[in-house]
Amino acid sequence: MRPKSSRAAGPPGEPRRVAYLYLLPAFVIYAAFLLYPIGRAVQISLYDWDGLTLGTWAGLDNYVAVVTDEGLRAAFGHALVLIVFFSLVPVAIGLALAAVLHHAKVRGLGFFRTVVFLPQVIAMVVVAVAWRRVYAPDGSLNGLLSALGLDGLTRGWLGDYTFALPAVGVVGTWFETGLVTVLLLAGMSRIPQELYEAARLDGAGAVREFLAVTLPSVRAEIAVALTLTVIAALRTFDLVYVTTRGGPGDSTSVPSYEVYHRAFGLGQVGSAAAVGVTLTVVIFAISFGINRYADRRVT
Amino acid sequence: MISRGERVANYVILSVFAAFALYPIVAILAAALGPADSGGTAGLGNFAAAWEIGRFGTYLRTSLAVSVFVVVVSVTLSIMSGYAFGTMRFRGRSVLFYLFMLGIMMPSEAVAVPLFFDLRALGLTDTFWAITLPQVALSVAFGTFWMRAYFLTANRAIVEAARIDGASSWRVLWQVLLPPARPAVVTLTVLVFMWTWNEFLIPLVMVTSESLRTAPLGLAFFQGQYTSGFTLLAAGSVIVATPVVLFYLFLQRHFVRGLLQGAVRE
Repeated sequence: MRPKSSRAAGPPGEPRRVAYLYLLPAFVIYAAFLLYPIGRAVQISLYDWDGLTLGTWAGLDNYVAVVTDEGLRAAFGHALVLIVFFSLVPVAIGLALAAVLHHAKVRGLGFFRTVVFLPQVIAMVVVAVAWRRVYAPDGSLNGLLSALGLDGLTRGWLGDYTFALPAVGVVGTWFETGLVTVLLLAGMSRIPQELYEAARLDGAGAVREFLAVTLPSVRAEIAVALTLTVIAALRTFDLVYVTTRGGPGDSTSVPSYEVYHRAFGLGQVGSAAAVGVTLTVVIFAISFGINRYADRRVT
Repeated sequence: MISRGERVANYVILSVFAAFALYPIVAILAAALGPADSGGTAGLGNFAAAWEIGRFGTYLRTSLAVSVFVVVVSVTLSIMSGYAFGTMRFRGRSVLFYLFMLGIMMPSEAVAVPLFFDLRALGLTDTFWAITLPQVALSVAFGTFWMRAYFLTANRAIVEAARIDGASSWRVLWQVLLPPARPAVVTLTVLVFMWTWNEFLIPLVMVTSESLRTAPLGLAFFQGQYTSGFTLLAAGSVIVATPVVLFYLFLQRHFVRGLLQGAVRE
């Protein structure tokens, strides 16, 4: 993700054949367990295959199904909803939070950073178990609502057709906000103080200052934050597997879960491979697009 | 400069977000230390009970073996390949590098399916290798990128000096370049350890026998089977999360740096 390298003076080092020997072990494992399988995924995606008997040629049918099949369309649609929760909301909150903290010079910022970053290092399965408990019919969210006198709103959140997907999304917001905030804080700390002084001399208020100085200066950090979180949203698997298994109905099915479910639950390996390849292409396109956009706006 | 009211407001905002981030974690810790579902144990006894009933001892041992293997192999191979990309010039250098870069963003979901069926044909599913080698491949992609970035900035003058003294490229790497690279290597190590310890999909797909279940996988199964209350499940969750959290508390700088500096792999 960091294409900028400091090799203005041409390629480093002298020509060395021995380089291939240093690359060889890493490349062999990488090629055998990543490059070859992705090629195989493309191949399998062109067949109707149940994983046991001989497959039959299907051409692009499995890819057509990604667009036409209602279940798959729903899964990609759910991924878009998750992007709002995993990506857009955390970036919005993170920007506001970091802008406030950047100026505030509060004590305990280090502790705050440790705490809000903590979700990042906890296994998603553990996160899912913890949040299942929060969302349970007798869980703490309903307890809070009852305490506020809002008994009418209580429900089994993860079993609710309308609320299961947003409930999963909020876990994503919880998971990503700390990462985004710390990333943006780091970016803001690199803004030269003179820019703020100049803005203040021009009579800019806090909002103008944020829009004119802070926001443009952290454009690169926003791009990184969006890339990281959008990919995380698109790849959501552990969370859905443990909290809802795509249910109720298929109201929380997501592409990664469809890959797993189709390959190992339904015996539609060709379709699963097509979803996986599509997901890969979408991820590449989005991260490429975000970074192209950010680069262009910077120069 | 900053008014009192503003300062109070800042602390309120900080506290609210810290509480939001901590709540689920504290709640599960409290549940793990609370009275057991069936009565009997409480407090630390719950962990012992979960260890026995949930067989977390076995799962942790598997996770430890898997993580150590993936970390040692992928960090070593990444150092070597990053060295080649960062300090040497050879034909196909940029093509090969872009090939490695593809792997940073490659979702394991896409490769897990073909890998399972190909490894099954070879009789390799449900083995240690089926869990570890795909994860080495994923980590080596990021590791190559990470170590190359370090070696590009490394001091060329010392390398030239060592070479003039007749040091082989192997000795230049391990005795000249690597000692000052320790921070970069530590960051890579903690990231790969965390990714491997927390990985769920690959063990889920590759493993059927219980003795090869990693800790997160064991927890997911335990959650499915054990329905008589939450205490032991909470205790199991704490057991699974603790190793990485401990590392994080001691090496926080490395986690934050690594995850912020373009770690696109989840």
